[in-house]
Amino acid sequence: MTRLETGLINRDNPLNFQWNGKTYQGYEGDTLASALLANGERLVARSFKYHRPRGVFSAGSEEPSALVQLRKGAHQEPNTRATAAELFEGLEATSQNHRGSVKWDLMSVTDLFAPFLGAGFYYKTFMWPKSFWEKIYEPVIRSSAGLGRLSMEEDPDTYDKGFLHCDLLIIGAGPSGLAAALAAGKAGADVILMDEDFRMGGRLLGEAHEIDGMAAVDWVEAALSTLSKMKNVRLYTRTTVFGAYDHGIYGALERKTDHLPTSDGKPRQVLWRIYSKRALLCGGATERAIAFPNNDRPGVMLAGAVRAYANRYGVACGKAISILTNNDSGWQAAEDIAASGGNIVAVIDTRDKAPRANVPGAMIVTGAHVINTSGRQGLHRIELSNGQTINTDCLGVAGGWSPNVHLTCHQRGRPVWNEKIAGFVPGGEMPVGMSVAGAANGSMTLAAAMKAGDAEAKKIVKALGMKTPATKLPAAKDEKFAITPFWHAPGKGARAWIDLQNDVTAKDIKMSQKEGFHAVEHLKRYTTLGMATDQGKTSNVLGLAVMAEATGKSIPETGTTIFRPPYSPVPIGAFGGRERGMEFHPTRLTPSNAWAEEQGAVFVEVGNWMRAQWFPRAGETTWRESVDREALAVRASVGICDVSTLGKIEIKGKDAATFLNRIYSNAFAKLKLGATRYGLMLREDGICYDDGTTAHLNENHFVMTTTTANAVLVYRQMEFARQCLWPDLDVHMMSTTDAWAQFAVAGPNSRALLQKLIDTDLSNDAFPFMAAREVNVAGVPGRLFRISFSGELAFEVAVPTRYGDALVRALMEAGKEFDVTPYGTEALGVLRIEKGHVTGNELTGQTTALNIGLGMMTSDKKDYIGSVMRKREMMMADDQIHLVGVLPVDPQEQPMAGSHFVTEGTAPTTENDEGWVTSSCYSPTFDSYVSLGFLKRGRDRHGEMIRAWDGLRGRDVLCKVISNHMYDPEGGRQRG
Amino acid sequence: MIINHPLLGPRDAAEFVYLGDASLIERPDGMAANSDQKMYEYVYERDDPAGWHRELWYHEQGDRSWLVVTRNTLTHEIKSVELARDVARKKGRGAK
Repeated sequence: MTRLETGLINRDNPLNFQWNGKTYQGYEGDTLASALLANGERLVARSFKYHRPRGVFSAGSEEPSALVQLRKGAHQEPNTRATAAELFEGLEATSQNHRGSVKWDLMSVTDLFAPFLGAGFYYKTFMWPKSFWEKIYEPVIRSSAGLGRLSMEEDPDTYDKGFLHCDLLIIGAGPSGLAAALAAGKAGADVILMDEDFRMGGRLLGEAHEIDGMAAVDWVEAALSTLSKMKNVRLYTRTTVFGAYDHGIYGALERKTDHLPTSDGKPRQVLWRIYSKRALLCGGATERAIAFPNNDRPGVMLAGAVRAYANRYGVACGKAISILTNNDSGWQAAEDIAASGGNIVAVIDTRDKAPRANVPGAMIVTGAHVINTSGRQGLHRIELSNGQTINTDCLGVAGGWSPNVHLTCHQRGRPVWNEKIAGFVPGGEMPVGMSVAGAANGSMTLAAAMKAGDAEAKKIVKALGMKTPATKLPAAKDEKFAITPFWHAPGKGARAWIDLQNDVTAKDIKMSQKEGFHAVEHLKRYTTLGMATDQGKTSNVLGLAVMAEATGKSIPETGTTIFRPPYSPVPIGAFGGRERGMEFHPTRLTPSNAWAEEQGAVFVEVGNWMRAQWFPRAGETTWRESVDREALAVRASVGICDVSTLGKIEIKGKDAATFLNRIYSNAFAKLKLGATRYGLMLREDGICYDDGTTAHLNENHFVMTTTTANAVLVYRQMEFARQCLWPDLDVHMMSTTDAWAQFAVAGPNSRALLQKLIDTDLSNDAFPFMAAREVNVAGVPGRLFRISFSGELAFEVAVPTRYGDALVRALMEAGKEFDVTPYGTEALGVLRIEKGHVTGNELTGQTTALNIGLGMMTSDKKDYIGSVMRKREMMMADDQIHLVGVLPVDPQEQPMAGSHFVTEGTAPTTENDEGWVTSSCYSPTFDSYVSLGFLKRGRDRHGEMIRAWDGLRGRDVLCKVISNHMYDPEGGRQRG
Repeated sequence: MIINHPLLGPRDAAEFVYLGDASLIERPDGMAANSDQKMYEYVYERDDPAGWHRELWYHEQGDRSWLVVTRNTLTHEIKSVELARDVARKKGRGAK
């Protein structure tokens, strides 16, 4: 154990956890990383490409190396940063990306091939021979690529989404964020303060400072206690603001139960959408490394991380700790670690002059750097440029600090280089309403950061029209902050790592520059620098510096890659929220759903709707038996089908008829009262859009039906026409799809059945084909339309939705004497194919009125949507496809939908393609399969033979071309 | 994005459906001479500006108003939001 006396861990609450199957102990307040380090586990991962041994590198969410797998079974979560995983009792964690144990990874032979695996390796190597890609290269790459593994089980946790509103969102609860929250809170602003850590305080937890005469940690507790008493301030720990979006909207992920053994039915994480008037980014800064040969061994860490492990977690990261620095913060780290009881053996400053520091017992080296390291599975020794060697098992590297500008760049803002701190600071255009304070803005020292937080908060509340509060700035010191950039050890030799997560070395960056990838965005894609879960938080600037050096340009000239959301990884489950499985979209039930379930109906999803597909009866063993029976029953007597899913639109107003006449392609201006008519809508480009019937129910009152699929779109288009195209027509509309239960009652006995429930005279003279009236249905005000999709004498009867269930039961009761048969969508389809009506299979968004055989119906005498474009030459040409019916020569052979038409004796090629089969079914009426399809010049070719060729299913069915109106072409039955 | 609806105040863009260029309001008369050329331009010819753009949004999860939103396509800044019906009338589409 390498525990120190210090730290913010609760030693009264020890926690047991498992690492690679072995049991260890840590404490409440530990992360998995600090607990592993405390137990002397240094080698915790294998690197992505070369399978090099890797250890913990940082102490926060920027971690590139210590990626582990948490939990077991379906709860297993790969690629989790051990440095941000809060320890809990019973946590099970394993290392990843190795075959065999993490110590003896069989894949580490990859490292021997490193000379061949440099930048752009994939692009160069797997190009040839082409045939090798699918069978050899891809499978091998797939099995060796990636880091952790998914459980391949369904995620058992739940995720929620929520909305928050505030005057001021403060991102980060370090010194500047806390100072800002205190000021804005006091002003009475509605404040939300969020921090990704499980404990607020930022760097004040990991560094020893004094504020207002007390330990900084105690000041943080006092500040949080003050804030928690303010009703206008909301505090969120374990919450990462991951994206800055338009108009002051922010995305945040709150980890609700990740730190608990089980989520216990509660949502695991919450995705917050935050609407803020203003936002203040107080995200602090991230330390970066220095590149030198073999700088990736476990034990080589960020100096600030070694400091944080000592101060916050009471862990000495090594028995003999050394520090390599190019700035003053490395010295402060050394002082802190030594003061906590850590053993600092050496401090190496790349600058010639070291600041005054109190690191008793340490060897001080200036003007030197590290040129190599040794230690097979962890650091043992370092070699210096002055020839000295130092035995050390932990080297803290202080390469300078990069302000966390990420969120300031999410709206394409570009940061600017600040020479004084050798880092990028926010610049250019910021997201609307965002300002920045503290280290994120380049105020790298404590007193300056707190002052900036306080001042920015006051500016914001003033701009929001609130009174600026009087605050007393906490007393704190500005520590020394001087840096002389030192990016990497010069010279050739062993690899010097820049990006630990993607195994990118200084040599890779130079090679990519040599090969012509000069732009930073190209550099990123070619070398993978700064990709994956850490997005290069510790490596980007270092990579840019090496690139700048290689090109002879300055860092600002070289520029940065763009930062995009998310700041740190967000699980897909959180974006999905509750919208999974059957909750992905709403499920709509028809009014007869309960009744259909009682009948044992088989259901099918149609858009959001659940519709009865067929109603199996005892003894029926295949779906076809049920469907054939249902279709024949309609033709022989009477059947009932719920058609409530059709879109329904009420249209009223003095100009309603004029309006409809401009929406439909056929004449509608003179539709008589009490009649309904089939209507075809086009898109403005002349292609068919939707069809349905519209009834003239009352004076200036029409009722339209649309197809189920297009109900929403048609209504939207009609609102567009009403508001944007003809804004002064007196027309009013309402979608009433959900308001009416509507049933098709079809078959020769439909009149007799309905007459039992409706007192209106339904005789052919009184209620002829295409009549539409408001009627009384068994005491309920309803509507009756004499329309037929099946080709039989048929009606559609509608009542308010709440009576739908009662109506279907009443119809079934009244129909007993006719052996009434409920039928589902399959039989509905059979009947309409036999009759030759079109549906979505034919109205594909590519077909015209001429194609579907309704060219004559479209009007030349009026202006309507699509009236001009439908007459385009190509669309009116003689060789157009026409809707036809096809009958197979062998009635038991099915011309499947999707088959292509080719004439006998020609090869089935694109050139010989003459059209395709759109709809197909077995017709019990004709005792044969029948199909509809589009055939070139089809209406002139009735009687010809054609092949329905289906290369995918290996079918070739010889058919006879006939009219699409296969059943009762004269229409006598529906008019009877 | 937040769209400041002229009747309902600020609403999240998720409540709206986007259509496209507000020039779609200016549908040519299909019965006029040369209507085929004009209709072709109306249906297919659009500017795709990097910057200010007048565009049609439909408040489908709301009051079903069609709106003309003047939005900067680079910054998503929204300068004005008008009822499309008012815009159409101003364009002289009020006649029946």
